[in-house]
Amino acid sequence: MNLTLKVWRQEGPDAAGRFETYQANDVKDEMSFLEMLDNVNEALIEDGREPITFDSDCREGICGTCGLMINGQAHGPQKGTATCQLHMRKFTDGETIVIEPWRAAAFPVQKDLMVDRSALDAIIEAGGYISADTGAPRDANEILVPKPAADTAMDAAACIGCGACVAACPNGAGQLFTSAKLAHLNLLPQGQAERWKRTEDMVETMELFFGSCTNYGECQEACPKEIPIDFIALMNRDYLKSKIKNRKLIGQG
Amino acid sequence: MTATKEPPALTPDITSRPIAERHRRSPFPVVDLYRSSVGKKWVMALTGVALMGFVFFHMVGNLKMYLGPVDFNHYAEFLRELLVPILPRTVALWLMRIGLIVAFVLHIHCAYGLTVINRKARPTKYQSPRDYVAVSWAARTMRWSGIIVGLFLLFHLADLTWGIHAVNSEFVRGEAYQNLAYSLDRWPVALLYIIGNLALGFHLYHGTWSLFQTVGSMSPRFNPRHNPIRRGFAAGFAILVAGVNISFPIMVLAGVVG
Repeated sequence: MNLTLKVWRQEGPDAAGRFETYQANDVKDEMSFLEMLDNVNEALIEDGREPITFDSDCREGICGTCGLMINGQAHGPQKGTATCQLHMRKFTDGETIVIEPWRAAAFPVQKDLMVDRSALDAIIEAGGYISADTGAPRDANEILVPKPAADTAMDAAACIGCGACVAACPNGAGQLFTSAKLAHLNLLPQGQAERWKRTEDMVETMELFFGSCTNYGECQEACPKEIPIDFIALMNRDYLKSKIKNRKLIGQG
Repeated sequence: MTATKEPPALTPDITSRPIAERHRRSPFPVVDLYRSSVGKKWVMALTGVALMGFVFFHMVGNLKMYLGPVDFNHYAEFLRELLVPILPRTVALWLMRIGLIVAFVLHIHCAYGLTVINRKARPTKYQSPRDYVAVSWAARTMRWSGIIVGLFLLFHLADLTWGIHAVNSEFVRGEAYQNLAYSLDRWPVALLYIIGNLALGFHLYHGTWSLFQTVGSMSPRFNPRHNPIRRGFAAGFAILVAGVNISFPIMVLAGVVG
């Protein structure tokens, strides 16, 4: 099939960007979206023009590096799919596809379709870990984890940190990412010791970069791992509780 | 690990620019909460519950209109006589009014604060059209339905509480039924009441569903996914309140009451 692409081109973080139109010819159904872009780039290079810059790494939907706004949807039209796993059979011959980078204050455009997502790293650095840095590793079966808690924590842990939730949110909110990272640890026994400090620190770091949640639900539709907004509800409860519990923990409550 | 006075510092690797200032944590948790968007959402939800309670009982009380002027005016007088003789006349009514005013002010102030945060969070809009998947029309128009309800409320107060002459020239203090019947018999006013209540209905629909999410009762710990009960409750509540309220101007115009 032959496609027309309208791609956002921007030389650098401070440059003004614009859409440019390219032709993608002989696109096969089984190509991934990124392979299609690779082909366009090869043609651009052969013509001696600057290829389109975009993020990608594993190309099997598990690393969270890729991410494009395709026809106004984060990661394109297929639910539960990262851009790299989106195949061209989802598009029809002669279609025009508009490709834009993620847009958020926290995600400044670096070049073309590549954005800086280090604000997500800031949230992880604030508490997205457990401190278990002494002693020998414990036997895996020694810590009992209720099955429902393990399952729910696993659903949250599926987050690959691609930022599609922020991109899809009309408010540029980072709540789905933060709440998934919190629930992943806050629901497990290993996460309990630091639960309240983690919640307070991660939420307040999120507040430095992102917008607020208006419960639109666009994020869970865009999420390539189909993480539900139920985790945002859990985060809302835990944040309020953390304000009380953290004082109790140091003997002030 | 002890609770610290500040959120952790950002490392030099973080090159994204913050949109908010870092604050030292306040000794009063409520200050931190009111600063954060998550805390503001809590305030939105809790004041929303108070305002939902108000619109519900206001609607129930208004149903007395169908019983005629004696019952309706008796109910209006009852509100002023509430808790007499424990409290002097109209004091209980004023305490409730003060509670409502506080809830309104906080609700609107938080909505404003959240809007400012959200504008900052996406300074450059998408340059191509967005294709929204999940968001309902009611949710996307909360800001506008809220403003319409707020303006309608001012008109409603001027019409039937303050009795400003330019709005309601036949207003007689204490004659609640006659004032209402006169007011709704003017079709432009009846239309305003219908528009105001439609906006209220849409605002209530998203707000009622949304508050459960905000206060966390949809957490995966307590609630199975995609629970339809809260959607249904939100739709039912919105339709009940807006529907009954809209029935008054229609019935007055149709000549059934008044």
